[in-house]
Amino acid sequence: MRSAKRLRRALAGVALLSMGLGVAACGARVDDETGSGAAAASCVDTSGDSVRIGFLNSRSGTMAISENTVYNSLAMAAEQINEAGGVQGKQLEVVAEDGASEPTIFAEKAEKLIRADCVAAVFGGWTSSSRKAMLPVFESNDALLFYPVQYEGLEASENIFYSGATTNQQIVPALDYLKEQGATSLFLVGSDYVFPQTANKIIKAYAEANGIEIKGEEYAPLGHTDFSTIVSKVRDAGADAVFNTLNGDSNVAFFKEYKSLGLTPEAMPVLSVSIAEEEVGGIGVDNIVGQPVAWNYYQTIDSPENTQFVADFKARYGADKVTSDPMEAAYTSLFLWKEMVEKAGSFAVADVQAAADGVTFDAPEGTVTVNGDNHHIAKTALIGKIGPDGLIHTEWSSGEPIEPDPYLESYPWASGLAG
Amino acid sequence: METLVTQVFNGLSVGSILLLAALGLSLTFGQMGVINMAHGEFIMAGAYTAFVVQQTLGAAGLSLVLSLPLAFGIGGLLGVVLELTLLRRMYHRPLDTLLVTWGVALVLQQLARDIFGTAGVDVAAPAWLAGPVQILGFSFPRSRLFILVLAVLAVTAVVMALRYTSLGRRIRATVQNRQLAESSGISTRRTDMLTFFIGSGLAGVAGVALTLMGSISPNLGSSYIVDAFLVVIVGGLGQLKGAIIAAFSLGVAQSWIEYTTTASIAKVLVLALVVAFLQFRPQGIFTLRTRSLV
Amino acid sequence: MSTLLRSRYAVGLGFLAAAVVLFAVAPLVLTDFRLNLLGKYLCYAMVAVGIGLAWGRGGMLTLGQGVFFGIGAYLMAMHLKLADAGPGESPDFMTLISSDGVPWWWEPFRSGTVTVVAILVLPALLATLLGLATFRRRVRGAYFAILSQALAAAFAILLIGNPATTGGSTGLNNFRGFFGFSLRDPANRLMLYFIAAGALLAMLVVARQLMVSRYGELLVACRDSEERVRFLGYDPATVKTVAFAVAALMAGIGGALFVPIVGIISPNDVGVVPSIGLLIGVAIGGRTTLAGPALGAIAVAWAASTLSEQFPSGWTYVQGLMFMLVVAFLPGGIASLVTLRRRRRADRPPGGAADRPVPEPAGGAQR
Repeated sequence: MRSAKRLRRALAGVALLSMGLGVAACGARVDDETGSGAAAASCVDTSGDSVRIGFLNSRSGTMAISENTVYNSLAMAAEQINEAGGVQGKQLEVVAEDGASEPTIFAEKAEKLIRADCVAAVFGGWTSSSRKAMLPVFESNDALLFYPVQYEGLEASENIFYSGATTNQQIVPALDYLKEQGATSLFLVGSDYVFPQTANKIIKAYAEANGIEIKGEEYAPLGHTDFSTIVSKVRDAGADAVFNTLNGDSNVAFFKEYKSLGLTPEAMPVLSVSIAEEEVGGIGVDNIVGQPVAWNYYQTIDSPENTQFVADFKARYGADKVTSDPMEAAYTSLFLWKEMVEKAGSFAVADVQAAADGVTFDAPEGTVTVNGDNHHIAKTALIGKIGPDGLIHTEWSSGEPIEPDPYLESYPWASGLAG
Repeated sequence: METLVTQVFNGLSVGSILLLAALGLSLTFGQMGVINMAHGEFIMAGAYTAFVVQQTLGAAGLSLVLSLPLAFGIGGLLGVVLELTLLRRMYHRPLDTLLVTWGVALVLQQLARDIFGTAGVDVAAPAWLAGPVQILGFSFPRSRLFILVLAVLAVTAVVMALRYTSLGRRIRATVQNRQLAESSGISTRRTDMLTFFIGSGLAGVAGVALTLMGSISPNLGSSYIVDAFLVVIVGGLGQLKGAIIAAFSLGVAQSWIEYTTTASIAKVLVLALVVAFLQFRPQGIFTLRTRSLV
Repeated sequence: MSTLLRSRYAVGLGFLAAAVVLFAVAPLVLTDFRLNLLGKYLCYAMVAVGIGLAWGRGGMLTLGQGVFFGIGAYLMAMHLKLADAGPGESPDFMTLISSDGVPWWWEPFRSGTVTVVAILVLPALLATLLGLATFRRRVRGAYFAILSQALAAAFAILLIGNPATTGGSTGLNNFRGFFGFSLRDPANRLMLYFIAAGALLAMLVVARQLMVSRYGELLVACRDSEERVRFLGYDPATVKTVAFAVAALMAGIGGALFVPIVGIISPNDVGVVPSIGLLIGVAIGGRTTLAGPALGAIAVAWAASTLSEQFPSGWTYVQGLMFMLVVAFLPGGIASLVTLRRRRRADRPPGGAADRPVPEPAGGAQR
């Protein structure tokens, strides 16, 4: 045992040494953040005839279903920009990373793109979790993220541009629509995580101010597969409409159950905010035909920009492919960044941020404008109905682009929501 | 009253789905002690079989009827291949089979993603299974009734096979005492292979049934595997009647707690109940009485 | 017992080499970003050392180690969020979802001391309670494995279902400071890496001492034949519980250090899938050896990062194949190749002994 003792002593020495090293290496305290604690200088290289950008989408795991389509439309946008001469004459060089549907991996890969690959901007993310995981990485490194999906609002970061809808461009118009249709009571069904819970908080505040009764509120764990109890509750409550914030595969089980209990869109419509064109196939058109959804873009939009976008997409990825709101928002975000860079005449983050306000782009969904204060974009809200062809057809439109208001400051009923 | 009937039915329905998913596991786990984590992926294979059959045939009613035996065969074949290539050499290491089959599950999931795409696909239910049916003034979804009947049929078939066929006798002999069965001239190897075929085939059948309920995606199997194992454990090793009682109890418990609280709390509470139950009966509802010490 | 463990000088040299690599070579060779990634792998390695003890030596296949990792991580994350918010204030994410303020069970973790004590005590305490409850009732083998898996599933569901207090599926992130030190300063991040490296080495020392002690012999005996240990007058439940608790303690510390190094903890890092993912490194490295689990975990985590950069879907195949091939055909892991070769060489002269079978590493007699 003697040498074991010696070994232990030696290791105690190592441990002490490490402590000593640790203390010696002590750097800035939290309080003096301005000193050496500031962000490392950007390593973006714009001297050559190309510039690097990063795509960060889940190519594997549960979210790959949705995020692969976003990756595809980003790749198409990059190729189109390069064919048209690049950004400020520089070709885009894409570094693609896999977020693997896990917030932790998103944070790690974002850091890699910024610090190891030195990209000028990153495009991607889908779930709120992935965005929230990446946010501190972009803020502490002072880099740019373009996030293409509708989300729960109550956020505005200098370092993120949100090209999807915030709540006052999707959920509030959806409620306006239901109210116009004469709904006086609602049942809320959602997945058990941050987007549905925040969305339902907003819906309840709206309902209270507008005399709409909330007949029930049910949450299912992510990936829940059996909706017999929840749909029974929905049927028994007998509300005028259901507001659905379920996510992913749960929608399939929910709508199959809904139909097999004999509930119909005529008797009790289910308005969804997370079901786009590519999800319809998996749910089965028969199970969801006639149900309303709320977005800002549909494949059926009749405009030259959209006709071109849909044709390009089908030519590139196959005639059976559909286009959807997040794909369109991602495509738009890359062009918006190009416009910002060219307006600023620089790839530097501070210059892009300064130039952002008022930048416009004739997107497939219509003309969008960047709001320089909150980094969201003005978009038109559309309520559509799922047709027998599996596509979504516009039923109702806000008519003009709605200014983004992530904290719902211009809505008196929403005071106190932002905490 | 209406609520009571609905919830009891929902509970039985959830239980029948659990039972279908766990029936095959109960056979393979009970007889061979193999913990087959890929059982969920065999369920997925069954569901995709139904999808492929419907894509080729078109008619929903016929394709459902055809898919059932076909999925049984495909699930069974996958099981036999797994048994012959990997599991055969590791019957003395049951815990390791868990990890090996987990690896198999990962590969099968990724294969499904690469073949069928990451997006879910849909299998249309035949017209005679769409919507609810009125019985005694209460309305029940036809698809859930169908699954309930299918589960009962599957269990009856397995029980009959175990009790009255020579294969059944061999299986029971092997479960009770492998060495003795071997020395009485039963080829336990062949019995194992056949058991694995039947057990995995039942997973394929469960997969076809699940197409009526939810999404057909590469993740389908992983959402059922933990629950299926809980059923087997609560029921007791190699005990069919235990598995039946366990599946329906867990189903009813899940539905009732979900009705009074939320789905998340129900899931957690059911798991807690199972842990507590195993404190009282660590070997499950029924135990196999043997003279061995372990 | 493996020859690696027996030779003290080899062990001593191994430690010295590890210390030199971790403390001198790695910081010099790697960029800040890669060094931070290595720090993350070291946290996984800490969990792996514990799994090696519980599974490799004790035969307890725990599929729920993510629970203890998660408890350590969330405790640390709660403290960091509260410290960032300042005295009496609520962390940023809470105000988004509810206006109820900080829940009572968060309050104690405003204190750094309480947090550190809790990280050291709570995972081990929970493991002790669970261990006593299950092992005394002779729940083992597959039953224990599946119960621990169910525990991990329940833990993740609970975390996701309570976004106002646990951050939900996003988890907790966006930490500015670590016990007063800014996390943005590279010097402080280097310090964190050194702490992780020191902690891992310390755990290896503890594991080594446990393995060569009488207790270690008893643990292996419990794995190989629990009944005989009982007949000899020992209580296998206690023996196994100790190993389970030590493994939980190591996982808890690994989780606690993971949080400041990686900057986020979410339910995706603690559920069923990551819990099983932690096992593959242990299996590849050699579950019964001392250094195998740690080295295996580091290698697998590194491979996951780099391979997924090149082939997103390829990594899943590689991971699945590794589980299949290593566990089925090389149950002793890579370490068994080394041991095998060494033994062959040593045994050659007497003749015939070379055919002596390698002892079965684990998992026997659970049926």
